[in-house]
Amino acid sequence: MHSLLQITTVLSICLLLMVFISVRRAHIRVEYSITWFMASLVMLLLSRARPLLDYATRHFGIPDTPLTLFLTIGSIFVIMFFRLSTIISSLRDDNIALAQRVAILEYHIHTLRERE
Amino acid sequence: MIVPAWNEEGAVAQVVSDVHRCVPGVPVLVIDDCSTDNTVLRAREAGADVLPLPHHLGLGGCVQAGYKLAFELGFDYVIRVDGDGQHDAGDIPRVFERLQTSGCEMVIGSRYIGGVAMLETGLRGLGIRFFRAVLRPILGRRVYDPTSGFVGVNRAALDVFTRSFPLDYPEIEALVVLQRRRFRFEELACKMHPRRTGRSSITAARSLYYIFHVLMGVLINVLRYESRFHRKPKGG
Repeated sequence: MHSLLQITTVLSICLLLMVFISVRRAHIRVEYSITWFMASLVMLLLSRARPLLDYATRHFGIPDTPLTLFLTIGSIFVIMFFRLSTIISSLRDDNIALAQRVAILEYHIHTLRERE
Repeated sequence: MIVPAWNEEGAVAQVVSDVHRCVPGVPVLVIDDCSTDNTVLRAREAGADVLPLPHHLGLGGCVQAGYKLAFELGFDYVIRVDGDGQHDAGDIPRVFERLQTSGCEMVIGSRYIGGVAMLETGLRGLGIRFFRAVLRPILGRRVYDPTSGFVGVNRAALDVFTRSFPLDYPEIEALVVLQRRRFRFEELACKMHPRRTGRSSITAARSLYYIFHVLMGVLINVLRYESRFHRKPKGG
């Protein structure tokens, strides 16, 4: 269990650094980086708070403490992926509407030029 | 007339010529879904107006662009034939006449009524049978050719489709979209030719994905929160 927590700590710090660097280089927008910052901070907190994990394990009747850690982190990422999927869906809808609008406006411009 | 086309340089000119021959004077709009070949050139040479999309949107996005333009230009009826030459342009006047006289919002050119063609064997035929069975309770009636791309719509349906049109495999889901508005459709026996060139985008391997995708689309359209249909485009 101890080494698992150490690995989770290292992974969460790596994730934090990656997100930070990505924001600085403008590879990820600030509004989307917040979710990743939150996720990595929760991972870091859980990996450094063994009593909290033990309490949650007992409270929810989970048979094993590592399982609590994985369930918590897994749940966070599932929610994040779902949120990102809704964002992508919305962007795709907007993108298609925009492409159609551009094509129609170009068609009108082309028609007007031909009339002139 | 609208003709969605993607890499159909081998067939699109003939399709446009056939339409001009069968319904002279009717404007023909080829919607080019960002082809990498000479589809745009061939369509223009054949005398069609062309609406070139800035990037590939897929069949639904391509057809919807045509519906949006036709709606903006004030057309009361729009008939769609595919750019691969499978639909017989000689049937267009009958579809148009039925659209005007029946009062239906949509008329579908069907291969499988009136003994025009037998249902295919194999996965494709199985898929069509499956969707006939799925659609029957939803539409409250039988539909023989739910995957037909030979479709005529009036302005009321056009108005709906400019705001809500399925994007990937649109034909089956479009029926459900109309059903939710209590719109009516009719099927008319029409001939269907083999593809002139190219290959269908729905290969055997993709058929299962197609079935699952469309089934999800149908169910979601049945259950869809109504206000999403009426979502106004941003800034407009």
